[in-house]
Amino acid sequence: MSVRLKILAAIRQVAVEQKVTLPPLDDALSLHETGFDSLAFAILVARLEDDLGIDPFTMSEDATFPLTIGDFIRAYENVPA
Amino acid sequence: MSPREIFALRDYLGPELKGRTISDAQRIVSLTDILEHSCLAGRLEELSGRSVLLAVADQLISGLVMTELDGVARRMLLCPPDLKADHLQSLMQDAEIDAVVTDHPAQWEGANSKLVVYAQPPAKAAIKARTERATEWLMLTSGTSGAPKIVGHTLEGLTGAIVADGPARGGAAVWATFYDIRRYGGLQIFLRAIIGGGSMVLSNPGEALADHVARLQARGVTHISGTPSHWRKLLMSGAAKGFAPRYVRLSGEIADQAVLDGLRAAFRDASVGHAYASTEAGVGFAVNDGREGFPAALLGIHDGVEMKVEEGSLRIRSTRTAHAYIGRQAAALTDVEGFVDTGDMVELRGGRYHFVGRRGGIINIGGLKVHPEEIEAVINRQPEVRMSRAKSRRSPITGAVVVADVILADGDDAGRGDEIRARILAGCKASLAPHKVPAVIKFVPSLEITAAGKLARHDA
Repeated sequence: MSVRLKILAAIRQVAVEQKVTLPPLDDALSLHETGFDSLAFAILVARLEDDLGIDPFTMSEDATFPLTIGDFIRAYENVPA
Repeated sequence: MSPREIFALRDYLGPELKGRTISDAQRIVSLTDILEHSCLAGRLEELSGRSVLLAVADQLISGLVMTELDGVARRMLLCPPDLKADHLQSLMQDAEIDAVVTDHPAQWEGANSKLVVYAQPPAKAAIKARTERATEWLMLTSGTSGAPKIVGHTLEGLTGAIVADGPARGGAAVWATFYDIRRYGGLQIFLRAIIGGGSMVLSNPGEALADHVARLQARGVTHISGTPSHWRKLLMSGAAKGFAPRYVRLSGEIADQAVLDGLRAAFRDASVGHAYASTEAGVGFAVNDGREGFPAALLGIHDGVEMKVEEGSLRIRSTRTAHAYIGRQAAALTDVEGFVDTGDMVELRGGRYHFVGRRGGIINIGGLKVHPEEIEAVINRQPEVRMSRAKSRRSPITGAVVVADVILADGDDAGRGDEIRARILAGCKASLAPHKVPAVIKFVPSLEITAAGKLARHDA
């Protein structure tokens, strides 16, 4: 599974657990509109760290948190393995 | 008896009881004629009135030396086997140690002005020892962080609960414990064996669990204690099959419903209970109704032990508590009213107090306080789970999240991981606030247990 697919699957899984109804996930969707609260994002980032072995938001000092789904996925894709 | 009715351990080691033994994996030593023997090769008299460091690696010899020194030495400091060498110097100064009893005398060569006495397996002694004084028993706290503290006890205080409980029911008991007897939980069992006229089977460092249990069975162990972590390990191993003690006790950590139920299922004919005790507070109480926590009615005064809950933590005042921390900068052990603050946090639910964790063990999740033990108790309720550990992991978003490592009761269940994980999560959501629900649940083959038999908590 590609990084993108893994991330989207993890988002859907957390949404089910947190009882969040997701709008259609496209790259332009702002993270705010996903309906996730900070706890849900924290869970998502922790799971992805285990799954993908990286946490792009802690790795670099000046990491800014992404604004859209596309930014979020790119943050993982752009980390050198 | 001895002057001023001082009692010492040797008073319980008369020749009238036949067939008593103390054993480890290598040896069986008869306790029936032990008073005619000594591990100190005729040098006990030299230790009279001294402050003795008991630095004996061998647990069996260490136990026998305790019975010799009690009533002779001014005080004895018991060293658990995992004591770090770098703490030793300052502990010896604090305890005003002027003599060392050791089975490794070469390590003490050049120990300035200290009397060093070699402890060896018991041999026939020329002179019988006499009780001269009430020896002070010094024990070390398990000190999960920093240097251990020295806690002062008397034999009378240490054995208060044993004397109150009376002799073991159902005939001579054979006692065993997963603890080392240089720790409070283990020492209680050793003292029960000595004072109650029974036998004792010691643990052996490094011994495989299956071999240990085989030995417990072979020696006919009837009474046995350990921490919930020790017991979970035993239940997981499958080695408990065929072992049928009649008395099973848990102490030293929170006994949750899952481990109590697991033990009841594994030992159908045994009385299964948990006891509250700590190095500082002594033995508080025992709970024998098979349920986690303790009835609120235990607060107040019962059997000479007074308990109250203040600022969420359990406080105990009794003659069984230690009398002081020992040392140059020792803090007060009790408050002005004589209560020991145990640091164990409790919560009242439905007429029963439940232990939720240690005051110092709180993890901080986004500014909210969480006791990992509370989360583990909920995870452990799932029948597929044998043991778990909750901890915090830093998070770029909330500062920290809870993550949990879980050991499955049946390794074969690993293929059903997703399903079990979903059930654990559902269980946590039903009983815990959202920030306490683990963000990540990982299945692991084992969890680290400390030398004191407790789940290792590095982040606490």
